[in-house]
Amino acid sequence: MKRLSSPFLPIAPSVAGVMRDVLIALVPGIAVYVLLFGPGVLLNIVLAATTCVLVEALVLRWRGKPLGLFLRDSSALVTGVLLALALPAIAPWWVAVVGALIAMLLGKHVYGGLGYNPFNPAMVAYVVLLISFPVQMTAWPGLQPLWQAAPDALSGATALDHVRTQLGLQRTLSEIGSDAPLGLVAGAGWEWIALAWLGGGLFMLARKTIRWQIPVGLLLGIGLISLLFWAYDGDRYASPLFHWFSGATLLGAFFIATDPVSAATTPRGRLLYGFAIGVVIYVIRTWGGYPDGVAFAVLLLNICAPTIDRYTQPRVYGQRRGAPDA
Amino acid sequence: MSLMKLFGFRGGLHLDYRKALSTQQPIRVAPVPPQLILPLSQHAGAPAKPVVKVGDRVLRGQTLAQPDGYVSVPVHASSSGTVVAIEPRPIPHVSGLMAPCIVIDTDGLDQALPEPEWTPVEDVQALSPQALRDLVRRAGIAGLGGAGFPSFIKLSPGRPVETLIINGAECEPYITCDQLLMAERADEIVSGVQVILQAIGAPHCIIGIEDNKPAAIAALRQAAQRDARIRVAVVPTRYPQGGEKQLIQALTGLEVPSEGLPLDIGLVVHNPGTARAVWRAVRYAEPLISRIVTVTGGAVAQPQNFEARIGTPMRFLIDLAGGYVQAPGRLLMGGPMMGFALPSDTLPLIKSTNCVLAAAPGELRPDDDAMPCIRCGACQEVCPINLLPQQLYWHARGKEYEQARELNLFDCIECGCCAQVCPSHIPLVQYYRHAKTEIWAGDRDQRKADLARERHEARQARIEREEREKEEARARKKAQLAARKAETPTAEAPPAAAGAAAAGSDPVAAAIAAARAKKAQAAPSANADDPVARAMAAAQARKAEREAGSASPAAPATTGGDDPVTRAIAAAQAKKAQAAPSAGADDPVARAMAAAQARKAERQAGSAGPAAAAAPTAATDDPVARAIAAAQAKKAQAAPAAGADDAVALAIAAAKARKAARDEAVIGKDPTDPT
Amino acid sequence: MLTAILALAGLSAAFGLGLGYAAIRFKVEGDPLVDRIDSILPQTQCGQCGFPGCRPYATAIAANEADINQCPPGGEDGVLKLAELLGRDPKPLNPDNGVAKAVPTVAVIDEAVCIGCTKCIQACPVDAILGAAQQMHTVIAAECTGCELCIAPCPVDCISMQPIAETPKTWRWPSPAEAQTA
Repeated sequence: MKRLSSPFLPIAPSVAGVMRDVLIALVPGIAVYVLLFGPGVLLNIVLAATTCVLVEALVLRWRGKPLGLFLRDSSALVTGVLLALALPAIAPWWVAVVGALIAMLLGKHVYGGLGYNPFNPAMVAYVVLLISFPVQMTAWPGLQPLWQAAPDALSGATALDHVRTQLGLQRTLSEIGSDAPLGLVAGAGWEWIALAWLGGGLFMLARKTIRWQIPVGLLLGIGLISLLFWAYDGDRYASPLFHWFSGATLLGAFFIATDPVSAATTPRGRLLYGFAIGVVIYVIRTWGGYPDGVAFAVLLLNICAPTIDRYTQPRVYGQRRGAPDA
Repeated sequence: MSLMKLFGFRGGLHLDYRKALSTQQPIRVAPVPPQLILPLSQHAGAPAKPVVKVGDRVLRGQTLAQPDGYVSVPVHASSSGTVVAIEPRPIPHVSGLMAPCIVIDTDGLDQALPEPEWTPVEDVQALSPQALRDLVRRAGIAGLGGAGFPSFIKLSPGRPVETLIINGAECEPYITCDQLLMAERADEIVSGVQVILQAIGAPHCIIGIEDNKPAAIAALRQAAQRDARIRVAVVPTRYPQGGEKQLIQALTGLEVPSEGLPLDIGLVVHNPGTARAVWRAVRYAEPLISRIVTVTGGAVAQPQNFEARIGTPMRFLIDLAGGYVQAPGRLLMGGPMMGFALPSDTLPLIKSTNCVLAAAPGELRPDDDAMPCIRCGACQEVCPINLLPQQLYWHARGKEYEQARELNLFDCIECGCCAQVCPSHIPLVQYYRHAKTEIWAGDRDQRKADLARERHEARQARIEREEREKEEARARKKAQLAARKAETPTAEAPPAAAGAAAAGSDPVAAAIAAARAKKAQAAPSANADDPVARAMAAAQARKAEREAGSASPAAPATTGGDDPVTRAIAAAQAKKAQAAPSAGADDPVARAMAAAQARKAERQAGSAGPAAAAAPTAATDDPVARAIAAAQAKKAQAAPAAGADDAVALAIAAAKARKAARDEAVIGKDPTDPT
Repeated sequence: MLTAILALAGLSAAFGLGLGYAAIRFKVEGDPLVDRIDSILPQTQCGQCGFPGCRPYATAIAANEADINQCPPGGEDGVLKLAELLGRDPKPLNPDNGVAKAVPTVAVIDEAVCIGCTKCIQACPVDAILGAAQQMHTVIAAECTGCELCIAPCPVDCISMQPIAETPKTWRWPSPAEAQTA
């Protein structure tokens, strides 16, 4: 296409660049994951990512879109990797493949492909899998660091699971605190992966691949509400630190909720969007039927994103302060 | 200078400025080119009206065109020479369209007017603001920053002005014309600022310059020392610092109201080049016939700044700069962020041309395809106006222009920051420009439709009134007649108003009855009295005829007497079927019309027409034979029409003959014409 | 039983009064629908729709007596707007009414040929032609709607339709979306 209008300066950023940054930022987390829980997750990543890219290519061809242009953006790769990271590392191989199919078809291409999906494709797939295959989707590997041969610890409860069941048995958090699945502040092993996600997130922030509003809003949301209840009764409600480092909070804060296509776009809207996701995660974890609620929270807030955008429009230069949002 | 508080502005970008390319050499005065092309509209507002004609010899500084309306300025001869054309020529505009220009072949003498059109003013301070404005207008000064708004208007604020701001930020990459002007002609700029302050009655002035122009800052600080009212403020280098709204915000913390002017918050902003032009116009009686222009880019051998005559072809300047070192990948007027692509380098330099950028292939952004928007919001972050660029994009793309307008599309300054950071490489600014021009076009159409509706309604009202008046006059006459009849002993009722008249000898009742009868008659052809309806009917009849094909041999005999609709249809049919004698018509006009139409149809189709067109027209290959045939046919037709003894018919025949003669002449000129 | 009947009767009476009041209080003057349709129509007054002008056509549409696709000057955009306003399905222009012009046109009188018969003046629906009997006529270009009604009545065929030239001031930026698909 002949460029008719300014600006004409060469341009650096590209969709492919954004996606590449996301993949790079995921590397430390994946490395720690493999180190602590074995290479199972790598198989999932390979399966899900390959299926995603293949399906993307097929659908693009079928829709008559320029294949090279869209495949090069690696967005399908990112979706596949994020989905794989959300799956239990010991889930059967077909779970990852089915998930990838759902993500690409139901999550992305039925809406028109890149840029048009109202929901986070990886989370759509995760939720469909969780509801369809609850057994396979809740069997998580126990800690089995590569440097320790501990083949017996094949599966175990996650920290969130454990805390949830034990609290149901009327034990207090201080009693649970020293149980096997728990580490220093949250799930044993998982807290280190979470730390690695945080590192990757900070890298993306520094690269301006993502904006600060969603992660900060999310962590604030979950942190404030958990602080409130923890301060009220520390034996029944877990600490903010526990919530930040448990489950998929940090992965969600930096890699999932920040998916730009399905998130809110205004600065204030993003803060609000993140905050609301944090609160909903906490609500699902504490009172809901599932141990973790990142996927549900993200999907719920995806629905709200257009409305949030509408009511959080920034004040335009030269418009009267307090003028009604158009 | 004392420390000044700076406020900054939102968003913006750090760019690769590439200004050093063209700052290696001082401003060079360009010679007069062999030909000057001066568009009549180099400013915002109405084009100027030429006051010279082709063939006139003009001298430097002579007014060539006078302003037309308030928002308009004159155009002057940039050098001496002969006016060789006043015609549409391609102008530097993104559309690539043509606009009226005055073309001068220069004589190389560069001879000035013996007496300037106004007197140079020694004691500038003695002049009134009004006198200053008049001089600035007569000098044809329009903003030299790029927008080209007539400067005298900004010197007539009509309200107190707090501060004059001189926008020396020049934040666009590549462009250095203001930078070098400020460094080299700081004194003239400061003098110009003093004149402007005097004209607008402002107490002080801030000159805003980006911190990447130390030489300009130093020179202006030096020059401004003589006037305590003038301060030089250094602003950080960040695009679009030179945007009027952004510079105002950075220097004063104030915001120009949406769809308002800086004047609304007591500010007036001028460009340094404009300030200098104002000084030269007032002090030396020099109209705006030259300006500083940056000629730069990787395709140019020696990028530099010229002081060049307005109207100089760009190619002339590029050649002065050593010509091309390679074929340019892209030619721009203005900078890469807000400038526009030029179709060719033969276009003239105009008053608002600050830069001619001939980029080497690969130096600027390649033409690439856009990816879908991923709503990353990068555009939103850099938008200096705090708009929602991605929302605007969705609406502009979906042709939902009204929604785009509601999202403050018209506050967009088209700085290009959003498109510059878009990872999907979407030409966002073009979408906004598209939406803006569509909205303007829609508004224009709406205005035109409203005008048409108004005029149509006025016309309907007028016709109705005339009908009513006629009706009333008739009714009065009938009533009089009826009254007279009632007085006479004859008991026989007139057939038309039989029933009513029988009701009695009351003249009023009779009049009512008569009117009613009249109305009943008029009703079916009510709209037939309206020539518009008649014309519409005729147009439809013609169309129906066309659709039916000429299969049905027209029946012109249906000239149904006095019903104008039928007559119009008949006329149309006659025209189509080329049935020359609309036989039944006893109206000489209709007859002449039909004849003329037949002749025209025959000429157009070139096919053999029946009846009246007696002469054979088959020999259409030979234009001479055709002309003769046509002339014969014309004569044959003209004769009976002339015999009609009717002035109108005669006039028509004469006009026809005239037109035919001319048409034939045209055909004769071009023997290859297949018609 | 009686209370139920009474309560219902009372309610109906109350609602009836309320509705009756609303009907008077919020009575709509004129027919806004006709006005709104009329405001969408391009006001060329050309009669291609089969009605003597835009307003009669608007009235007919409002009364459901005419379809929304009979206005070639309004083009597909006009049909879309009408469809949106009336909640009907958009449809292509009816070819019986003619085809939309690619570019807007304006009538131009060949002044050398004009005989000053005033027939075009009478035909012009917006009084955009100036002139008097035996005097040369001219079209006020800014007010001509391009309806072509003056063409047929002219006895000497001196009126032609000229496309309105695009100028730098009326030029419109093309949409990149269209440029890309084209």
